Amino acid sequence: VKPAPGTRLPRFRATITRLDLVRYCGAAGDFNPIHWSERHAAAAGLPTVIAHGMVTMGMAMRAVTDWCGDPGRVIECGVRFARVVPVPDDDGGAELDVAGVVVRLDENGNAVVALTVTNGGGEVLTGAYAVVRP
Amino acid sequence: MPSLNRSLVGLHLPVGEPYEVALEHVRAFASALGDENALYRDPAAARAAGYPHAIAPPTFAQVVSAAGRRALFAHPELGLRYERILHSEQRFRYERPIVVGDVLTTAYAITEIALKGRHELLAWDAEIRDAEGELVCTASGSILSRETA
Repeated sequence: VKPAPGTRLPRFRATITRLDLVRYCGAAGDFNPIHWSERHAAAAGLPTVIAHGMVTMGMAMRAVTDWCGDPGRVIECGVRFARVVPVPDDDGGAELDVAGVVVRLDENGNAVVALTVTNGGGEVLTGAYAVVRP
Repeated sequence: MPSLNRSLVGLHLPVGEPYEVALEHVRAFASALGDENALYRDPAAARAAGYPHAIAPPTFAQVVSAAGRRALFAHPELGLRYERILHSEQRFRYERPIVVGDVLTTAYAITEIALKGRHELLAWDAEIRDAEGELVCTASGSILSRETA
């Protein structure tokens, strides 16, 4: 079935904790210390440890793959990282809120999905999108 | 005084060692994103959906291409300082999903080095190919080198 333009994806919400960042460091092999060390984050001029951009992008794409069911249908996706996502050293972590809407079908019938990703009310990604084949 | 060496725009880096996609690694990556999708975890479910094996999440290409990106960032003539890096943009275009068992190589090319206010931008294209040489994914990305302009 082809989704009609204007179709809204189910809202996706995620919480990112320090533990999630450590897990992502290991799973992705990205051990940049600004993602796990307060000291290094401060030395880099950051307010605290920040999430990997790829964690934010991965969460944004979860909104798409949860919606379409088969992640292999995502033939293209992209984001610009507009703002860092600070992750406090507490049990609450950082909240991400992902909204998506089908903006059009391309010439091959693929759904072009525009994503809005916010943390604390501010957009952390701009131009986030995915292309999902039928 | 900009620190990145603009004469490297257009450079194609040597293709690195192949990356072999393992089921447990895909599962661990999906778990780190809290993702329970069966197609990442259960080869039988993935085969039932028409794939030869479990598939990887859309952002997994970043892991496959990581070693080549590290080599790019560490290029001795580039002048990039690791602690200054902030990811700016990332895009993946798939010819087919990455599947467990794939043996993939990544070829990096530097596409742009530019001033962005007080920062410098470094952009690249990475072509990820399978063992038969077929294109699987094109990963285009950029980073900012913070306050080095």
